[in-house]
Amino acid sequence: MSLYAAQKLLYHLNREPAVQASFREAREQVLAGYELSDEEREAFVAGDVGKLYVLGANGQLLMHFAALLGMPWADYIEAMREGVRRHGPVRAGIYAMTTSTDEKVAGV
Amino acid sequence: MSLVFAGACSHAPGITGRAHLAEAGVRDAFHAEFRGMGEALAAAKPDALVVIAAEHFANFFMNNMPAYAMGMADHYEGPIEDPGWLGIARTRVPGNADLSLRLVRGVMQDVDLAYAEEWKFDHGIMVPLHFLTPKFDLPVVPVNINCQGPPLTPLHRAWAFGEALRRACEAVPERIALVSTGGISHWPATPDSGKINEPWDREFLDRWSRQDKAGMLSYSDEATYRDAGQGGFEIRTFIATAAAARGRGEVRFYAPIPIFSVGCTVALMAIE
Repeated sequence: MSLYAAQKLLYHLNREPAVQASFREAREQVLAGYELSDEEREAFVAGDVGKLYVLGANGQLLMHFAALLGMPWADYIEAMREGVRRHGPVRAGIYAMTTSTDEKVAGV
Repeated sequence: MSLVFAGACSHAPGITGRAHLAEAGVRDAFHAEFRGMGEALAAAKPDALVVIAAEHFANFFMNNMPAYAMGMADHYEGPIEDPGWLGIARTRVPGNADLSLRLVRGVMQDVDLAYAEEWKFDHGIMVPLHFLTPKFDLPVVPVNINCQGPPLTPLHRAWAFGEALRRACEAVPERIALVSTGGISHWPATPDSGKINEPWDREFLDRWSRQDKAGMLSYSDEATYRDAGQGGFEIRTFIATAAAARGRGEVRFYAPIPIFSVGCTVALMAIE
């Protein structure tokens, strides 16, 4: 259930400028409004895109969040690879990685 | 009047947002064909453009996910993404609520669908519009088929939706252009981004172009996920347009462009 909440937070962050502003100014306060697991909460606090990827966040939601954080494309792709290196395979959802962590499919 | 134009195209955000990272020759050829599709669309003198998209949680979420939805507003805004990231400035796009209402009522005769009086466009619609109607001056009626959050509508229902949309278009006096956007095979928003199954894409496009209904509807979601990635689920948009247009397809451009994360496609379809 908490993955649903994590994804709902991403959904709100991606489309609501007011939530984006609150997230920048009082991140913990925004997170308190969602029923997140400790792992999810820590990942949001740290802006850890790789961990959120491994936890199963839908890639389309996560991609927009990475853009919101200002991550260049190559850094975002690498963050997901690093997440898998550190935490193992994607645990849920339909955005599993099928390539290896040292493979740069599109050169980035 | 009914349909006056039909086609299908890619919509990946890299097409505009990472254009500077692509090899110039193939990028420019693709962009030129994309713009050419816009010229063909304009030549058909449509009163409105129906875009069948596969949005990415800009409007719909798993708390209340419609299999099919149509916009019903006089204007829309997009992109929801950071404009610098997408390479498209935020803008207001005209709609036509009255036309939408009539189309929604028409489709509802055969297919249950949701309607939305507000709708934020993401790259799934903004990237195609950037090339097809670069002045954002043609009223748009957005359509969404849920291709992102399973369970997904079965392919034969996407076909039925396309047929219903055609009947609805035939019942209004306006000249309607129809463009579907999506896939084909791709593994977007993962470290696999850039992986493209070109033979799978070409086989699907062949079936689409030949109006091979049985072939288009024969893909299981399990096989599509395995062979064409989660992005492959977006074939639903192509299938709906094939059902609506009924004619032969013509692939004007297809090339895998890994930095764009997709086999980039521009295709037209005759209306019969």
